[in-house]
Amino acid sequence: MSSSSSLHAPLPASLAAPGAKARTCATTGLGVCLTAQRFIKLNAVAAVVFLLFGGIAAILLALTRWQAVHLLRADWFYRILTFHGLNMLIFWILFFEVAILYFACTVPLRSRLFSSKIAWLSFGMMLVGAVMTDVVILQGKADVLMTSYLPLLAHPLFYLGIILMAVGTLIGVFNFFATLYIARRDRTYEGSVPLVTFGATAAAIIAVVTLLHGAIVMIPTFTFSMGWTAQPDPMWYRMIWWGLGHQSQQVNVCAMVAVWYLIAYLATGAKPVNETVCRGAFVLYILFINLASAHHLLVDPGVGASWKIWNTSYAMYLAVLASMIHGFTVPASVEMAMRAKGHGRGLFGWVVALPWRNPAFSAAALSVVIFGFVGGITGVTLGTQQINIIAHNTLRITGHFHATVVGGTTLAFMGLAYYVIPLMFRRDFIWRGAARLQPWLFGGGLLLVSLGMSFAGSLGVARRVYDIEHAGVYGPAAHLFLGIMGIGAIIAVVGLLLFVVLCVGTLLAGPRQNGRPMSNWGVAQELPGAPGEAIHADHWAMKGTIVLTLVFLLCFAVYYFANWKALADVWPVR
Amino acid sequence: MSLTLPARDWYRPPEGAEKLWIGLALLWCFVLSLMMPYWHFRGKQNSRGEAYAVTPTAFAERTQAFVAANQVGEHNGIPVAEPAPGGDAYLLARMWAWYPVLKLRKGETYRLHLSSADLQHGFSLQPLNMNFQVLPGYDHVLTLTPTSSGEFTIVCNEFCGIGHEHMIGKILVE
Repeated sequence: MSSSSSLHAPLPASLAAPGAKARTCATTGLGVCLTAQRFIKLNAVAAVVFLLFGGIAAILLALTRWQAVHLLRADWFYRILTFHGLNMLIFWILFFEVAILYFACTVPLRSRLFSSKIAWLSFGMMLVGAVMTDVVILQGKADVLMTSYLPLLAHPLFYLGIILMAVGTLIGVFNFFATLYIARRDRTYEGSVPLVTFGATAAAIIAVVTLLHGAIVMIPTFTFSMGWTAQPDPMWYRMIWWGLGHQSQQVNVCAMVAVWYLIAYLATGAKPVNETVCRGAFVLYILFINLASAHHLLVDPGVGASWKIWNTSYAMYLAVLASMIHGFTVPASVEMAMRAKGHGRGLFGWVVALPWRNPAFSAAALSVVIFGFVGGITGVTLGTQQINIIAHNTLRITGHFHATVVGGTTLAFMGLAYYVIPLMFRRDFIWRGAARLQPWLFGGGLLLVSLGMSFAGSLGVARRVYDIEHAGVYGPAAHLFLGIMGIGAIIAVVGLLLFVVLCVGTLLAGPRQNGRPMSNWGVAQELPGAPGEAIHADHWAMKGTIVLTLVFLLCFAVYYFANWKALADVWPVR
Repeated sequence: MSLTLPARDWYRPPEGAEKLWIGLALLWCFVLSLMMPYWHFRGKQNSRGEAYAVTPTAFAERTQAFVAANQVGEHNGIPVAEPAPGGDAYLLARMWAWYPVLKLRKGETYRLHLSSADLQHGFSLQPLNMNFQVLPGYDHVLTLTPTSSGEFTIVCNEFCGIGHEHMIGKILVE
């Protein structure tokens, strides 16, 4: 690669160009654009602050819905629920995703960031928007929950804040695409972009579509709240809002899968078994998730059965196929890397030898399992048109998306932070023993939250409700599952607070590297007599992964058909 | 390597176990896709989204007329209305009550009209756990056949303001 690029004089976008503001990473040897580094830091720090806000809200909510504790008053419950949803699902995740995008378009491509001014504009708009929204919510002027379904109406600044956040993010995404363009134009790299950049690009493309939906729905709602225009139709609002609300989760999925590949590479040296398959799966995401808003309208009036069936599954669930492909290729690539290093005993000898003490790796591995086995299976089942009748707006839905967005995306992003902070801030983590424990606390607690919610929801407990006693229909089992959710939430929030303390403590007091490589978290070791690359000639060598994915498929089928059986037991309805 | 540039000739078709898994997953997605049209024609529980435009005032008037013609008693101060088997029943959602209480007969089929006088609401029938969305401006029609008897509770499961948790209704089935 270096010989071919040396044929050209370095062009302006290249980090090798004269006067380029760049440094060489002491750990990886990669060039880092200092402008990109500044905005990766800024966005990551902002993300963690909003994660902290959302986490504090989370514990207040869980301890209220745990009926035996019932902490908050009704008005504050709904206020904090609004606050929690926006801070976690929108602010934490979008700030972190902008950081990932700035990384993915510069470091692996050896390019500088397109524009510092645009990055400032994006960051400033996002920050002003997020703070504005939070202040309006805490003032009690926007008790409308995250979805703000019309005709519920919030203070205009609530909508304006979200619009600023969405447009600010779009500007950041533009900076990403512009950087891809100048890197290609100035030949900072040759051939195809690395897989991580490819996945990030897929995320960015979906983000554009998503954020445009946000603008389309939020601008007329804002003008209505100002009294300038008529009220938009509530059904239209639901359809377009979920074009923002659900598709933004597909941005998360793409970014999360890219992070899985990245951490798998950093911790075990894994490389894709087949680049074509991995990239093809990302393309399926782009093409086949654009109408995911249908998942939220399956028991709505005004849209017919054929619309619902087509849009919840169009082109034969090819987006689900994409996730199932990644669910194979990620563990398969890790297994192949481990077998190549000589950990080849039996079906699962390689699993035992994985670098479990590396918090980035354990976070990513837990993320794969929680996202796939809990989030994925429940998501497809609940998004089945008719099955949605026994799930819509119950805690089953929140049980599903806490497994995808929190157990999946948030945990994977936390794992990435264990590399981002040492590599970008050049300080080693404090309390490394606690850091090794943190993903297990957060992931384990979250798993209890998700299962508690799902089972309570199966017993009919509604989401987004302050008190279930008035209904007088929920027995001890429902209360037991809400208690499990509450205990899980305590554990998960302890894990979250530990993560924030570790990050902030490291930024302030972590040992400086002073030109040394970052302190190693632990990577997979190569044994003497390892077969090495030769193993890649055998396309059936990932035997453990084959067994795991077949178990996954079996769980999926059992859960899916059990739900059809449960549906068949309720009253006939057309 | 996912972080480094791939080899120039990275394109190749899937092989071995990867190919098998893609085939299996595709087959499973095919099953997932076919189950919904199958259930639409053969299954008994479907959400067709049958709906008609209606103003909140007009729907409240229809509900009032329905109650006046079909009232058979009172339940905690709310009128109980019993529609004719095969006939139309009206249920009005508003902050924070369901109006009226419905009395239905097991095994009979009814056209249940759901709409809202104000915000969005959620019709959640417990302990069956059947859930449908209720929107202002939309007369959402469910063709419903109770197959079990007893007292059923309607919980609102769409947030509709600070009194949301108090929005409880009843359907009595004999």
